[in-house]
Amino acid sequence: MSLIHKTAAELSALMAAGEVSAVEVTQAHLDRIAEVDGKLHAFLHVGDESALEQARAIDARRAAGEELGPLAGVPIAHKDVFTTVDMPTTAGSKILEGWRPPYDATVTGRLREAGLVILGKTNLDEFAMGSSTENSAYGVTRNPWDLGRIPGGSSGGSSAAVAGYTVPLSTGTDTGGSIRQPAAVTGIVGMKPTYGGSSRYGVIAFASSLDTPGPFARNVLDAALLHEAFSGHDPLDSTSIDAPVPGVVEAARHGDVAGLRVGVVKEFAGDGYQPGVLARFRDSVELLESLGAKVVEVSCPSFTTALPAYYLIAPSECSSNLARFDAMRYGLRVGDDGTRSAEEVMALTRAAGFGPEVKRRIMLGTYALSSGYYDAYYGQAQKVRTLIARDFEAAFHQVDVLISPTTPTTAFPIGERADDPMAMYLADLCTIPANLAGNAAISVPCGLADEDGLPVGLQIMAPVLGDDRCYRVGAAVERALENRWGGPLLSKAPAL
Amino acid sequence: MPYDEALERFEPVLGLETHVELGTASKMFCGCPTAFGAAPNTQVCPVCLALPGSLPTANAQAIESTIKIGLALNCSIASWCRFARKNYFYPDMPKNYQISQYDEPLCFDGHLDIEVEGRTIRVGIERVHLEEDTGKSTHVGGATGRIHGADHSIVDYNRAGIPLVEIVTKPIEGTDRMAPEVAKAYVTELRELVRALGVSDVRMEEGSMRSDVNVSLMPRGSAEWGTRTETKNVNSLRSVERAVRFEIERQAAVLADGGRIVQETRHFHEDTGATTSGRSKEEAQDYRYFPEPDLVPIAPAAEWVESLRAELPELPSVRRKRLQNEWGVSDLDMAAMHNIDAIGLVEATIAAGAPPADARKWWMGELARRANESGTALADLPITPDQVARVTAMVAGGALNDKLARQVLEGVLAGEGTPDDVVSARGLQIVNDEGELSSIIDQVILDNADAADKVRSGKVAAAGALVGGVMKASRGKADAGRARQLILEKLGVTE
Repeated sequence: MSLIHKTAAELSALMAAGEVSAVEVTQAHLDRIAEVDGKLHAFLHVGDESALEQARAIDARRAAGEELGPLAGVPIAHKDVFTTVDMPTTAGSKILEGWRPPYDATVTGRLREAGLVILGKTNLDEFAMGSSTENSAYGVTRNPWDLGRIPGGSSGGSSAAVAGYTVPLSTGTDTGGSIRQPAAVTGIVGMKPTYGGSSRYGVIAFASSLDTPGPFARNVLDAALLHEAFSGHDPLDSTSIDAPVPGVVEAARHGDVAGLRVGVVKEFAGDGYQPGVLARFRDSVELLESLGAKVVEVSCPSFTTALPAYYLIAPSECSSNLARFDAMRYGLRVGDDGTRSAEEVMALTRAAGFGPEVKRRIMLGTYALSSGYYDAYYGQAQKVRTLIARDFEAAFHQVDVLISPTTPTTAFPIGERADDPMAMYLADLCTIPANLAGNAAISVPCGLADEDGLPVGLQIMAPVLGDDRCYRVGAAVERALENRWGGPLLSKAPAL
Repeated sequence: MPYDEALERFEPVLGLETHVELGTASKMFCGCPTAFGAAPNTQVCPVCLALPGSLPTANAQAIESTIKIGLALNCSIASWCRFARKNYFYPDMPKNYQISQYDEPLCFDGHLDIEVEGRTIRVGIERVHLEEDTGKSTHVGGATGRIHGADHSIVDYNRAGIPLVEIVTKPIEGTDRMAPEVAKAYVTELRELVRALGVSDVRMEEGSMRSDVNVSLMPRGSAEWGTRTETKNVNSLRSVERAVRFEIERQAAVLADGGRIVQETRHFHEDTGATTSGRSKEEAQDYRYFPEPDLVPIAPAAEWVESLRAELPELPSVRRKRLQNEWGVSDLDMAAMHNIDAIGLVEATIAAGAPPADARKWWMGELARRANESGTALADLPITPDQVARVTAMVAGGALNDKLARQVLEGVLAGEGTPDDVVSARGLQIVNDEGELSSIIDQVILDNADAADKVRSGKVAAAGALVGGVMKASRGKADAGRARQLILEKLGVTE
């Protein structure tokens, strides 16, 4: 098997045993990018030279007998919202075209320290706003399963890169499902850690109270290894939790659901759900029961109001977070010809630099926060948020984890929902509650939908700081399904 | 309208919002230093420049300082409160929102007692909250020095993110014609209080304390407040007083003409003492406040707050009362010292060994006169309380008389060194050498034979002229008392 088809854990073992060098691993992936990224357009920036340089440094340290971390020399790609000192960071927006951050995000810095080799930066919906990566200012990314379909969003570049074997690991951010949904529709693993479990410092903000950095990988163990490598308290992020990182790697190594109480969220089924998605979900329920889990139906009535609450809270926060893009200190500047005021230059720059979805959300949020409307919109949405957290709390008194389909449908065709924001927003129906409550949640592949042969994701939700439960259940499901399939789901994907 | 007439017809209502820059070593939400006067844009980082991805973390020292101010102002301290974002676009505000507090201030519902013309007035404190300062814009070109009409503007972000405490009074009623003095006394007292707490150096001239002054008028006999104006960023004690006086006169004139006061912000001009119209509140921005999601709530533990309360230093008003008793001075004298910021100097001079009456005499007399002449604050005179104490000791020991002492002070102020340096360099020593004094007296008696005869004939009062002659001949260095004694002896007269 070629290097690009190996998991991060396998690559790590090979490098540790001296059977392959980090330079060889890096070169193999750079070659793969050169070969297929023209089709996928998962990357906005590829750092060939800097990647090889990092790989050489790792090899030299290993040769010198230095003790290296478990992911040293393993290639990674970062969603282009993580600041990187050696690569541009655009957030998928024209307003930041060419911006070179003077500092590393905590996540990128920690992974650099851990010896991971950064291949490049991946495409996304502009400022992480979207569910298809079609909102990128730099072109669409395509799904490796079907180049006519979306790779999910907003972290679609990161999901397509991993699913397309151009990199074994990538980072994403999940604000309303932006890791789990792309993972589901590309047949890989994507995890949204507990809010505050992974640092937001250096992550270009969309919605501060929801944004959560997390890992993508082709299997549960790799995701856990990456999760552990960048997680933990960060004094630079006030909302970062000062508590030990849950034992995610241990959980991923020992997937087991015997005696586990699993709740099926009653509200996530019915109209709008693709039959093939529901069929694979029912299979997953049966599988869990066959593995010894006790599955019960659980009602979380307020989850049905999560979507509208989310579309008030997230735009409200983004309307403020994105105010800093004003042409004064960095990024695009339009109309500064000596005749215009600072205010005019700000307005012209923002008009030219932001895409339509970003503008739509800034306007929604500005309206929702305005004097006289605040209580009815933002205030109400915060109350709904509290109700959702209570529903979770009540549910976790009955069960250890909750499950649902990750998304109501499989990957939809590029362009199908581009002009219908409401249809696009529905892609996050099942993922949003965990963001609003701050819970941990993972998406693992659970099969292909009969009608289109595309991947379906199973979402496993755990309480706050119960991230290890997601990995424990995910690993058990993965092992059972791979035994049944004779290999990972992704091996069924057509060659690029 | 003349002030007296304005006050006959209208009653003023005041309100003050005062911003104090805290003296923390680092900024409110990042680790950048806060030193004043650094080269522009050298004390900045990703956080205070609002680079994409950066996040604030709250400065614990600033929170503690704010709680101390709140406690000293007799406020309640919130057990749980949040920062909020105040959203508006302006080039010197990097994030285009200011992290402030909105409906959950850290401290609320307190008061500060001030004394004006012997009357104690209780000023209610609505709230004390914590926020961050903006950068500093300089508008180049244009007539007004404001952004509109400028050719271009430059921004220094060194100030962006410096912790700022905002102290808001409740409406102050019933001040009547003392309104300008009340406003000034309040800001003065607040400044001293903040200084005593050691949380800010409160240098108004550096902009580390500035007040927004709200004034409205209501016709005498009316119970309904008028429309208020808000004069922004008044940055000296005297300007606070002048701004209130000006607004009372201006608003009275408008109202008397049947006009109406526009609710607006106004700017105070130091040179003319006038306020001019700024932005109208009627076209005011909607700040779209909402809780700051990047910061966790502040939840000061009750035990911690109580320990801060227990550690509060003696507050200025208490200290003044204590010193007044110790020194045995009148209310009037104490107020005079307070007015020119002399209390601390006098206290330090006494601590250095000077008797209270002497310490007070020199600071309130000669030194106050010189400060006034040169237009500097008393504390900024280049002389220390230790040096003043040394001069008083020399006078008490007979080495100097008052006239010579004034010359010594003048020398110290002129940079000629310590009092002892000045004494020796200028040769300012009372002539104690009896031989030298005796020969001077002999010469003076010879030169003033008429006066000497008068004394001999029993007109002792005529000795004054001879003493004057001795003082003149000795260029002030003679001990006048001893000279008189010797003159009378030599002329064979006893008193």
